[in-house]
Amino acid sequence: MFLRQYVPMAIAFVMGIIFALQYYVPHPASEKLLTTVNDWLIVVGGFSMVLGLASLMGSHWSKLRKGAPGWGYSLVVFVGIFGTLAVGIASRGKIFAGEGLVLTALGWVYENVLVSLQGTVFSLLAFFMASAAFRTFRARNLEAALLLIAAFLVMLGHVPLGEYIWDRLLGFLPPKADEVMGWIMNVPNMAAKRGILLGVGLGVIATSLKIIFGIERAYMGEGR
Amino acid sequence: MTILVLFLTSLAFGLELPMPSALDLPGDDGRAVLLIWPSTPYETSEVSYVVQASDSPEGPFGDVARFPSTSHYRDERKAPFWTWRRNRDEHFFVVRTAKGKPLESGKKYYFRLGVDFGEGPEFGPIVSAVPKANWFDPTKLNNFIFMVLFSGVVLWFIGRARRKELFLRRIPGLNAVEEAIGRATEMGRPIYYLTGRLGMSSVSTIAATIILRDIAKRAAEYEAQLRVPHTDPVVMAVCREVVKGAYLEAGRPDAYNEEINFYVTDDQFSYTMAVDGMMVREKPAAVFFMGYYYAESLLLAEVGASVGAIQIAGTDAEHQLPFFVTACDYTLIGEELYAASAYLSKEPALVGTLRAQDVGKAFLMAFIVLGTLASTVGLWTGIEHKVGYFLDILRDFS
Repeated sequence: MFLRQYVPMAIAFVMGIIFALQYYVPHPASEKLLTTVNDWLIVVGGFSMVLGLASLMGSHWSKLRKGAPGWGYSLVVFVGIFGTLAVGIASRGKIFAGEGLVLTALGWVYENVLVSLQGTVFSLLAFFMASAAFRTFRARNLEAALLLIAAFLVMLGHVPLGEYIWDRLLGFLPPKADEVMGWIMNVPNMAAKRGILLGVGLGVIATSLKIIFGIERAYMGEGR
Repeated sequence: MTILVLFLTSLAFGLELPMPSALDLPGDDGRAVLLIWPSTPYETSEVSYVVQASDSPEGPFGDVARFPSTSHYRDERKAPFWTWRRNRDEHFFVVRTAKGKPLESGKKYYFRLGVDFGEGPEFGPIVSAVPKANWFDPTKLNNFIFMVLFSGVVLWFIGRARRKELFLRRIPGLNAVEEAIGRATEMGRPIYYLTGRLGMSSVSTIAATIILRDIAKRAAEYEAQLRVPHTDPVVMAVCREVVKGAYLEAGRPDAYNEEINFYVTDDQFSYTMAVDGMMVREKPAAVFFMGYYYAESLLLAEVGASVGAIQIAGTDAEHQLPFFVTACDYTLIGEELYAASAYLSKEPALVGTLRAQDVGKAFLMAFIVLGTLASTVGLWTGIEHKVGYFLDILRDFS
């Protein structure tokens, strides 16, 4: 009880107060303290990777062993992990040069497999955006209609074709497409964004205080 | 021509070079010295000031800066009125280097100020100062006072909420939690709970783990299947404790298993695709997106929508809000993420913080209106410098 409840609460209280005040202290000792704690965070993060790997391999091994639906994907995970490991060990850190790149074998795998896959997934975003936009912009109510109009105007201001269309159809109006887009982004959009950020700032302070003073203990697995 | 006249006048009557004062810059890390000297009658854009520094009174002195004599007036520096006097009778320069190296705290440095009429600088007397590190930055005083006041208001409302029940406005996204978990139970499909892309040092992730406790408790009560894929092993370890505690509190420790929380990968798109794949195969009835998200927000939320899940998102990542609003059934916007744990638990101490947040917002709104009015009136009536004192109180100088 003492170690599981009071010690973490005491650490949260002391560190919370110290680092809330750290922001106001320009002395190099304060900066050094922050750097040291951040370094510790990285060290703890590195060790916790063992936990992550154990969890990943444990859950996939259990799927493979039971022949659970989708066990083939678990096999891919193991092939990926051990394949990459094998390439790294077998190449003994040898450098491969070619096409303007100087890479280790592990670097080659990263550059030619992972980066390509990441690019592929990121490019899917365009299609997901299109489907989400189609669903949202059906102007079922006033809010959706306003969103549709605002999005259409911002798009017009962003692409050269939009400017061409604007000039042809609405060229008689004093503002240009990019000016309308700029106004939407910098006035109503920015106002809403700042409103959200102010609320977030207050929410962060309130949550931090709840944790520092031990009012909120759910993150320790405690009841309230 | 003007410069020649000035130069000849200065030769004829004897050039009176300004005498700078060298001071430790207050409220800094001890790596800067402030030079201040009075304005002179011969200041034009063609006449330059030259600042030189050395670590020895004998020199050699190296150039630190050269600027027109019509610049670096005291009123050009952005500093609050309680730390800095604004006027155009004096010039200033903040020296951070001497002979190309940063100044060191506690070491004595020597400075001299030159005036250049175009014929090479003429230097005045040498002055010295020792930069010292300070323990408080007075430019952040207004921020500090606001922080202390707001903390006081939060703690006061927590005390008040314990004595008297406070009204909570309805948040539809949180009212739908019960419905979403009930639906998952009826359909016999899992509930997915995502804690965002950031680690435990992010307050939004902490908020996500706190909300997870309430979701897990309800899932345990309803005997629904909960799945929490992670991108950070530390967050996973924390969430395991949270979920274990929630199942225990719900009186269902037997239903808890370690595989509710599982690690996927820390790579953004690998994580996204892995979770998308699981959603397509397992067709969850409810998906919760809490915490901070980047480009993966739409990739995850669209797939969740395509499998027919009730989706509730809560994020303070304002750039991702439109995607969640588009693809999810309910979205907790910004601060609502931090209000969720109080709303779900109805715990008086936590509810009190919500009222404090509302008071904080009311103050900020009042300051925005007052600041706007003060700026406008100041511009109209030509008293910007006086209004500037009030605006300094509201300004961030960090």
